[in-house]
Amino acid sequence: MKKDLLGIGDLTRDEIYLILDTAEAMREIGQRPIKKVPTLRGKTVVNLFYEPSTRTRTSFEIAEKRLSADTLNIAVAASSVLKGETLVDTAMNIEAMAPDVIVLRHASSGACHLLSRICRSRVINAGDGMHEHPTQALLDAFTIREHKKRIDGLKVVIVGDLLHSRVLRSNVLLLTELGADVWVCGPSTLVPIGVERLGVRVSTRVDEAVKDADVIMMLRIQHERMNGAFIPSVREYFNTFGMTPARVARAKPDVIIMHPGPMNRGVEIASEVADGPYSVILEQVANGVAVRMAVLYLLAGGVEGD
Amino acid sequence: MAIVMDADRMSKSLARIAHEILERNAGPSDVDELALVGIRTRGVPIAKRIAAAIHGINNHEIATGALDITLYRDDLMRHAVGPQPLVRRTEIPFSIDDKRILLVDDVLYTGRTIRAALDALIDFGRPKAIQLVVLVDRGHRELPIKADYVGKNLPTSLSQSVQVRLTEIDGRDEVEVQES
Repeated sequence: MKKDLLGIGDLTRDEIYLILDTAEAMREIGQRPIKKVPTLRGKTVVNLFYEPSTRTRTSFEIAEKRLSADTLNIAVAASSVLKGETLVDTAMNIEAMAPDVIVLRHASSGACHLLSRICRSRVINAGDGMHEHPTQALLDAFTIREHKKRIDGLKVVIVGDLLHSRVLRSNVLLLTELGADVWVCGPSTLVPIGVERLGVRVSTRVDEAVKDADVIMMLRIQHERMNGAFIPSVREYFNTFGMTPARVARAKPDVIIMHPGPMNRGVEIASEVADGPYSVILEQVANGVAVRMAVLYLLAGGVEGD
Repeated sequence: MAIVMDADRMSKSLARIAHEILERNAGPSDVDELALVGIRTRGVPIAKRIAAAIHGINNHEIATGALDITLYRDDLMRHAVGPQPLVRRTEIPFSIDDKRILLVDDVLYTGRTIRAALDALIDFGRPKAIQLVVLVDRGHRELPIKADYVGKNLPTSLSQSVQVRLTEIDGRDEVEVQES
């Protein structure tokens, strides 16, 4: 493993499988009466979150605590950033207190790469702008593999706001690397230019895209990142792209429905689907802890070529 | 280089250990409280063989589990270079509370693996007792740990390595001592 986990693009196929296999072992710890192992005792992990997050921050924190790391959370809303401190200055100050790992969530793409260059601590990307969210893609792959026993050859359809999604990019990189047949689908205003170069098939017709799918992955409509008129209305979006039971019925009978959260019910996904028998959305959340434990454990070791 | 235990000797050793376990746990409810926990990798098949041997003697089914001690190792974060050791799954599908746990490993050497295993086990509950079973004791302890049941005491030098091979993993049963 490299020093940091900045994106799926940095991982080899063997490293991806190593993380997924290690996560299998980590998951068992969460089922014990005492959900804690001493592995990262004495290590300090700083969770530096510049964007609101419930799932990812909680998931990282639980993962860190289960490995016995000392964790501290910096929510930017209550920090010196509001007094005008730059990311670099904040990072240098945190670095001066010698943490072992910094987990960073930031609204700007590439913020983790910047941190990685100036910090000796290991940096884990917990989502940077519209770029990558590698641990989300890893937990998605873990969940798919658990249900389908493989990833190679599966038809995976990703539907929704493709343009603003870091989850999309990380998932496409990971799933194509592992041999899945990946389709992406959304309104043409929300399809990033050149996305087909990532090795995916692009469709703007959801009924066509979900046909015979093994996995349907929904992406959130990201109201907070939309400055222009990308969709006419929420109602129309739901009618054209929303995941309804009728659309799910076009997929394979054993299809699984995924969503990285937070969900907009009635916008990209119908409640009957989100709470339905094919939904693995809450399993994704549970698996997130095991996958993040695996990443923390593997990164805390030595660095190849050091 | 030198094969110090062949398949026949190994199966006799494990049969003897099974008998010793029953002799040492001879109280009226003792045998019901027994459970075997093998340390990955090679402690796991050895534990299963001992369970089968006990079943052959008195028809009792002894529960068997697998313990991975990687996350409890005392040398984990000491190496500046090299990847982390592989973590494998711990599977103890029974409560260890108030059980007589027989902890099983292939080779007893420094004792550090056993120390880690004891810490790991205690995180699962509070057994009535833990007894240690090893196929080979090669000496050179660095911690105050002693086996309760030993297949073979094997005096070695620090420059030697002891390789246990088992049919389930390696295709044949033998113990070899190599000069390194």
